[in-house]
Amino acid sequence: MQVELRNPTVLMKLSKLGSFHQSKLSFLRSFLKEFKDWEYNRDLFELDENGFGKAVYSFKKNNRIYSLVCFANKISNEERSDRVIATKWDAAFALHDGIPTKKDLERLSENVPKQEIGRLSYKELTLSRANKSVRIFDHVVKNLSNGEQPNKDILSKVGYLYRTTAVYGSGKFGLADRFRIKNRKEICGPFRLEMMLVYLVRQFTFDQVDLIAKYKNPKKAVKLDRKICRNLGIGNSTGLGMAPFIVNHPTLLNNWILAKETALKKIREIKYVKKIDESIFKNCLNKSLENIKFWTSDSDFQIKKIESLKSDLKKFIFFLKNNFNFNEEYPYNKIYIWCEQNLGDEAIEYIVSIMMEPYEEVVSPLTNQMSSDEEKYFTIPTNKTINDLRNVLEKNYSEILKIDFSKKESNQNFWFISKNKEEPRIANRYLDLGSELEQPLGIARDIKKLYERISAQKNSLKIEKFLIENNDLRHVVRRAFLIEKFPYSEIQDNTIGSDLVPIDMLRLKLSFFGAVKFDPRSDKWLRICMFQGAPLADELKSLDDYWVYNSLN
Amino acid sequence: MRSLSEIETTSKRASKALGFSWGIAEEIGKNIKLLEMFNIPGVRNLNEYFKVYKKKQFQNISLILKSNISKISYCPIIAGLNFLDQVRTLEQTKQVYFENMAFPILFIPFSSRASEIIGKRILFKVDEKEFLLNFNQSIYSNYLINSILEKGNKIEVCFLENVNSFNENEWNELYKLSENTFVEESEELKEKTAGAGLTDND
Repeated sequence: MQVELRNPTVLMKLSKLGSFHQSKLSFLRSFLKEFKDWEYNRDLFELDENGFGKAVYSFKKNNRIYSLVCFANKISNEERSDRVIATKWDAAFALHDGIPTKKDLERLSENVPKQEIGRLSYKELTLSRANKSVRIFDHVVKNLSNGEQPNKDILSKVGYLYRTTAVYGSGKFGLADRFRIKNRKEICGPFRLEMMLVYLVRQFTFDQVDLIAKYKNPKKAVKLDRKICRNLGIGNSTGLGMAPFIVNHPTLLNNWILAKETALKKIREIKYVKKIDESIFKNCLNKSLENIKFWTSDSDFQIKKIESLKSDLKKFIFFLKNNFNFNEEYPYNKIYIWCEQNLGDEAIEYIVSIMMEPYEEVVSPLTNQMSSDEEKYFTIPTNKTINDLRNVLEKNYSEILKIDFSKKESNQNFWFISKNKEEPRIANRYLDLGSELEQPLGIARDIKKLYERISAQKNSLKIEKFLIENNDLRHVVRRAFLIEKFPYSEIQDNTIGSDLVPIDMLRLKLSFFGAVKFDPRSDKWLRICMFQGAPLADELKSLDDYWVYNSLN
Repeated sequence: MRSLSEIETTSKRASKALGFSWGIAEEIGKNIKLLEMFNIPGVRNLNEYFKVYKKKQFQNISLILKSNISKISYCPIIAGLNFLDQVRTLEQTKQVYFENMAFPILFIPFSSRASEIIGKRILFKVDEKEFLLNFNQSIYSNYLINSILEKGNKIEVCFLENVNSFNENEWNELYKLSENTFVEESEELKEKTAGAGLTDND
């Protein structure tokens, strides 16, 4: 039986993309699998009684070494902010390529804590900063110094000791360009070094609380229980910075989604499911329900999503127990079709993720196809004709061509780059200043404009001639010819309309990172958790890939 | 040191700020990154060009011909962009000539990318300076000064045919030497070890 890949014009709607969940394809999981047999070390740990100072952690294999350099600083409560507009953080980090020399450490100590206004070198690969979850951090230190473990209920509500507020890579602020390292086998998947940084930061947070507790009460203090450590992750506050990324990297977006869709297709095409695989599927599903209990949010938007997920999963489990037999042919295909007919997007995408769990042999090769050589597809095929372009637009942008851009609400928002932080922002075109400096992120509007523009052109006209008078739409001509080769490269929605929920764009990217516990703080930023349940750095050799379904209890 | 990613982003934004469309600005960003990667002074030339861009008048050529002559200096970006877009047609002319182009260094990356598209080397000559563009993989030049070139009077873009850089005799000598890695074949070895290649004519 041949199952079709899901239709991009339906799948690439923002409401659907904003319902994606972590899966076996997620970057933090593929990072752990890739680095599980690397040698982990804490090379330097020079912190004072308050936990301030520097530390270095590393992963090593053969001649390759990656070192996380950490700087923990004193900041006042008033200075602590997760917003991108902050200028000071509890800790700052850089991932260094190799072993940092004394000179490197001095240079980094001057620059890393400054983050965006510091300068890094080609020897650094990623850069980040993090703030304490003060309530949790203090609770843990207090208990450990009294010889007790912290209260698990309190921990479970947050899930981490620190949260990062940005992770930078790929040439930002002087960091190494991607081309310098892209041929290294161990980092063939996207964001692998960003994941390494976050993972090692998590270890730093445990070591820091242990140390402060020990200084506070040397005789009585105990170390944070390893099981509790495992169930703590690293938080992340994510703002709009991520949203333009998925518009600006169309081939990369395609490759992420295509990997997921290919996995789903192959799994739906499995005729007979082995008992062991059925058991893994059910086991992951049941365990994951425990995790969802700890997903909390003050956002009505997210509360509704979590509630719909919970109730749909109950429905699904009832169906699985009472009306379904795994011994039938093509059971996953039947499950998927039932889900489409009976459940909402949150639950459908959740179950799609769980379906992948038993199938390492399906998923693993796909994780290596999730990067993209974007330069290769940059040049516009100007030998094509208007007829070719029209066909591409009608075939691939049918939903977008239906949008009426003469309506005010279809144009309500504009994306811009802020002067102070060079970060993306979104504003109301009719209320806020600056729309004349709009970023080219209103793709739907510009595609529609292109479609209208070519309506009066001869079919046989070559693109090389069309562009002479129409270079104002060059950016979308390029995209149109990309989607021909990369069907999942484009969001099939209006990213400047009044009904845009920007966090849907963030959620899509974060799900591929492997984030859980989505907690929107507004429609423009959210908090998430990464690596919760993951093995500790010195346990990686015995990695169990189902760690993500370990719950706190 | 600025990363190539920073160079690309800043060049793109600066180009947009000066009035180029986003699509053209994207091309400029990629081009300046390419020049800097090959150690050709892209940032310096772009910066200098942008300083005079609004003050002086430049000729925006749209349809490139075999010979293009203008009293007003050609804008290297618009000329380069249209050269890139029209290169498959222009290739038939074997050579394209421009007289009077501002900041011709900025034209180079367009021709370098064009070389990759048509699968032929391009020799780009600016007066006495020569740049051999090798399928967008490398640039070989007799002009190695990291300086600003404000104007090119005579610019020739030659499409080089794909020919060997060596003669048949030189090839045969080298091939003969390579034969020393082969095993002498007896009839028995032929029978026992050959695959389809010796018997099937496919």
